[in-house]
Amino acid sequence: MQRIGVFVCWCGSNIAGTVDVQAVSDALAHEPGVVHSANYQYMCSQAGQNLIKEAIEEHKLTGIVVCSCSPRMHEATFRKTAAAAGLNPYMVEIANIREQCSWVHKDMATGTEKAIILGKAAVAKVNLNAPLTPGESPVTKRALVIGGGIAGIQTALDIADAGFPVDIVETKPTIGGKMAQLDKTFPTLDCAACILTPKMVDVAQNENIRIFSYSEVTDIKGFVGNFDVTIKKRARYVKEDICTGCGLCTEKCPMKNVPNEFNLGMDNRRAIYIPFAQAVPKVATIDPEHCNMLKNGKCGVCAKVCAAGAIDYKQQDEYISEKYGAIVAATGFNPISMDKFDEYAYSQSKDVITSLEFERLTNAAGPSSGHLVCPSDGRHPHTIVFVQCVGSRCASCSEKGKEYCSKICCMYTAKHAMLTRDKYPDTEVYVFYIDVRTPGKNFDEFYRRAAEEYGVKYIKGMVGKVSPENGKLHVQASDLLADKQLHIEADLVVLAAAIEPDKSARPLATMLTASMDTNDFFTEAHPKLRPVESPTAGVFLSGACQGPKDIPETVSQAGAAAAKVIGLLAKDKLTGNPCVANSNELMCNGCSSCERVCPYGAITYVDKEFRMPDRTTKVRRVASVNEAVCQGCGACTVACPSGAMDLKGFATKQIIAEVDAICK
Amino acid sequence: MKKELEAIQSEVIRRSGVNPKKCMRCGKCSGTCPAYDQMEYHPHQFVYMVESGDIEPLLKSDSLYQCLTCFACVDRCPRGVEPAKLVEAVRLQVVRRQGNNHLKTDSIPALIDEDMPQQALVSALRKYSK
Repeated sequence: MQRIGVFVCWCGSNIAGTVDVQAVSDALAHEPGVVHSANYQYMCSQAGQNLIKEAIEEHKLTGIVVCSCSPRMHEATFRKTAAAAGLNPYMVEIANIREQCSWVHKDMATGTEKAIILGKAAVAKVNLNAPLTPGESPVTKRALVIGGGIAGIQTALDIADAGFPVDIVETKPTIGGKMAQLDKTFPTLDCAACILTPKMVDVAQNENIRIFSYSEVTDIKGFVGNFDVTIKKRARYVKEDICTGCGLCTEKCPMKNVPNEFNLGMDNRRAIYIPFAQAVPKVATIDPEHCNMLKNGKCGVCAKVCAAGAIDYKQQDEYISEKYGAIVAATGFNPISMDKFDEYAYSQSKDVITSLEFERLTNAAGPSSGHLVCPSDGRHPHTIVFVQCVGSRCASCSEKGKEYCSKICCMYTAKHAMLTRDKYPDTEVYVFYIDVRTPGKNFDEFYRRAAEEYGVKYIKGMVGKVSPENGKLHVQASDLLADKQLHIEADLVVLAAAIEPDKSARPLATMLTASMDTNDFFTEAHPKLRPVESPTAGVFLSGACQGPKDIPETVSQAGAAAAKVIGLLAKDKLTGNPCVANSNELMCNGCSSCERVCPYGAITYVDKEFRMPDRTTKVRRVASVNEAVCQGCGACTVACPSGAMDLKGFATKQIIAEVDAICK
Repeated sequence: MKKELEAIQSEVIRRSGVNPKKCMRCGKCSGTCPAYDQMEYHPHQFVYMVESGDIEPLLKSDSLYQCLTCFACVDRCPRGVEPAKLVEAVRLQVVRRQGNNHLKTDSIPALIDEDMPQQALVSALRKYSK
């Protein structure tokens, strides 16, 4: 028989305001097994914890029930308290009489009644509790970063700096991500490539970092500290270790009309290409959809001109298996498609472009060598209209856009407008805005400079429609402050498209069993206090895959994620959760149902000898649980048809006892 | 009078099915509206005035009849506010108060002439025959 102590917490007035704590401790004092019952203002305080410790010693308690806040808040605290007094920490049960009781009830009588019932259930459970000892599992001291943009690069560099090996998996032929496509960065206007490419080189030269470019993660198994990951290295038809990146093949390839995705299709590349001059790894890649040799077996020019002999038309996709202790998602973002915004004539006119296309158009390595021109005919634009919030801040029912603010558009539009006025003072620049949002260091000053010093015309209102007329763009918009409808003949219209998570994020989240929100951004473990961790242990978040972010924010989050990874990899062993599955071999019929449902591969079947009633020996096939791998999800306990599978600490008997106590 | 205006406001909101509180004042409706220059109160003002209960000027305004019911604002509003439906609901309040001067389906054939776009007739029916 257990000797149980009950401790009812007031939580100041949080609980005591709605629950008669004295009545609760009095009522629970008469429950079976309870030998001591008390209440106190703050159980989690040092004085409160001492109260528990003293009671454990004085009354020789074998189990305790703390009626307080959610176990997510203070279960660990009270387990430590119990352990300090020599009690097994798994003999502690929490009855949540705050979140599930006082906070949701207004009436003292109902609140008290429910608190007593919850307390009784916890007492009933402790009566059946048994001491548990957690196992340990080793930590693979290697991290995986999925995505090689600025977020992934910074996370990888920081982890590698601490001395741990890191692998970066990037789907594109080069790392660099969206930042490599940008021209200048706000609010300091330093050139994006000038600050990014040294970091890319650092990654390439760091002995602790391996880059899997043109690759993707196809399978993830295991759990924190011990992930088994399969990486598909797509065939690039060029031997990475031999190619010198001289670029001769990319000049000689006869397939000249392949849309260049790095410049967002505004110019062409060859079928064999290096995305940009500072690419890392600087290795050519053959695009199999456009290569004549791969499609029809005719050509072979690149192989002929390659002095290093790096071309390999027979190369196959390669699958690599590797173990990791921690995984960082850094899958980034993309601008949304403008196809549904017919009113802005994006698909009708080449002179209606997105802001990312504008970046390429003003970049010295871009399709126009940095000269701002109208993409339709190459003329210099004299009137430019910027439209903000295209697809951002839409109603939740909207099929066109996103409900959230994309956060970065106000600032990059101010940057574009300012740079245009600086370089081409003869242009008229209009920015149509709903609100200008500039919460960031030196952000509002930057925006005001664009308006005050550079003469950018900021107009509060929205563009209603853009129609191509006689080679120009007729822009019809509202000016809300002047209460006028404006008609502007523009040469170039730039749309600040909303941003959305990369399409690879959702399948990745499924593989990681990491949660996402309705917009497919990864969810953090706590929005304020654990912003770089996923609720799934061992999975961390870096950059815009968690929500829209600018570069400084991305870099700080990337560093924070790295710090969390380093904290994990620095441990030699992880203390496991002792609440794992446990099979009763005498009841197990060897059906394999549990093995099939186990998401962690923790269950195997073994042949075991059993002594039969007639004293003969029989070999039977029974389930065996690997306690280091089991995460205690309980799926097997539900799947088991013979009731042989149980969860330690949450045995069927214990749960039924709780339900009985509640229903009594 | 104040009570009557409040009743009209809630009737307009109920009948149109529009929630003017969803408006984020971007002005895209007014940027879109082809009849903007003919209007005394523009679509975004219309939404704001209904929301704030400033209905009286709307009831007297010619703007009610300048709206073409083309629904461009409804299509393009990022917040799904549907300003044209609001205009129509206010118009209906006025017309109802005027008594029985509805356009009858039977009288339409006589009104048809070659230059009149079909959409205008449909709109006229929407405007007057409710």
